[in-house]
Amino acid sequence: MGDLKESASQTAGPYVHIGCVPSFAGLSGMYGGRDLGASMITDDVIGQRIAVTGCVYDGDGAPLTDAMIEIWQAAPDGTFAMDGFSSWGRQPSAADTGVFTFDTLKPAAIGNQAPHIMVWIVARGINLGLTTRIYFPDEDNSPDRVFTLAGARADTMVAAATADGYHIDIRLQGPNETVFFDV
Amino acid sequence: MTENLIKPRDLDWHPQPYAQDYRSTHLRAPAHARLHYTPTSTEMAGPAFGHGMLGDHDDDLIVNYAAAGQSAIGPRIIVHGTLRDEDGRPVPNKLIEVWQANAGGRYRHKKDGYTAPLDVNFGGCGRCITGEDGSYSFRTILPGAYPWPNGGNDWRPAHIHFSVFGDGFAQRLITQMYFEGDPHIALCPIVQSIPDAAAIDRLVARLDMAKTIPMDIRAYRFDIVLRGRSATPFENAMEGT
Repeated sequence: MGDLKESASQTAGPYVHIGCVPSFAGLSGMYGGRDLGASMITDDVIGQRIAVTGCVYDGDGAPLTDAMIEIWQAAPDGTFAMDGFSSWGRQPSAADTGVFTFDTLKPAAIGNQAPHIMVWIVARGINLGLTTRIYFPDEDNSPDRVFTLAGARADTMVAAATADGYHIDIRLQGPNETVFFDV
Repeated sequence: MTENLIKPRDLDWHPQPYAQDYRSTHLRAPAHARLHYTPTSTEMAGPAFGHGMLGDHDDDLIVNYAAAGQSAIGPRIIVHGTLRDEDGRPVPNKLIEVWQANAGGRYRHKKDGYTAPLDVNFGGCGRCITGEDGSYSFRTILPGAYPWPNGGNDWRPAHIHFSVFGDGFAQRLITQMYFEGDPHIALCPIVQSIPDAAAIDRLVARLDMAKTIPMDIRAYRFDIVLRGRSATPFENAMEGT
């Protein structure tokens, strides 16, 4: 019986970079020197290029400088398999500021889901990866059932517009704690 | 194409976000419970990786960071097993990434200041992609136990970190593999943040003499299970397209 339950999660720990972004961790030359997921736009594709930056904050308001963030999103054509574009990206939070940056394309709406980016966060002290979403301030998010599920807390998922894209602050605790999902 | 929904996750089976004895969770565990929803087309899909992305020695940590003709120091082991879902089906063609400390318990990472020395021939990362039958295998050295700052006399049991992808992003999982017989398993606050002893036992790899190669390398078996499927078909129509 227990053999057919999902393997239990364990924290990615502070050294997640070695396994997932080895070049960032200083393992020069590993996997050809290219960290998987570092580049989402791989060809001259049609779509709105955006830089999505963000930062994850702990309960003291300190940025997580040892996290790994993965995103998963629809392409501008509404699929997850557009040529020249990877719907999946992976970035470490910066070791000094904690800021992460994804150079990506703005996703399309999918059915009644507003344009969104799924975000998955792992780090030391996080026992099971945290799932949230990024929504956009310049879109109608009201028909989206995941957005509306969050009720008054949905605002924590709405990114702020920047000069070249969007920025999201993700708070693990506190009065503006970000909405995390079990999905 | 009909595909069934990915089954809900049993959150009581996983470690709880806040673990009193695992200090790093105190400021990082959200206070609110996770809000549950049925997966949408976003979480039902996930990235795909092909065997073509792999280098010759990606799955051999004994040599993949070593100078030509050299190899990592430590007891040589094969780690192998099968990736299945909760319905018992093999999960083929999925990326598994691993990372670990060296035989002395030291990570090749600027934030690891443990006294044990680095091994110039050991990087500590590897990857492979499951076969058609869900099987995977890699070669490495037995990692060492090491102390970590948690407010007391805390030592991690020897372990290997695993990052695993599934068909849908909802199945994404990171976990750790431990070794049969390690007394630190029972003492480790990170391991013991898992409430169910049966769930912990499933993270403990077993010595596998059948796969051990005489006079060469021992084998450990570690099977991994991802979320299965419910009886409900997933249809994009449910999102009101």
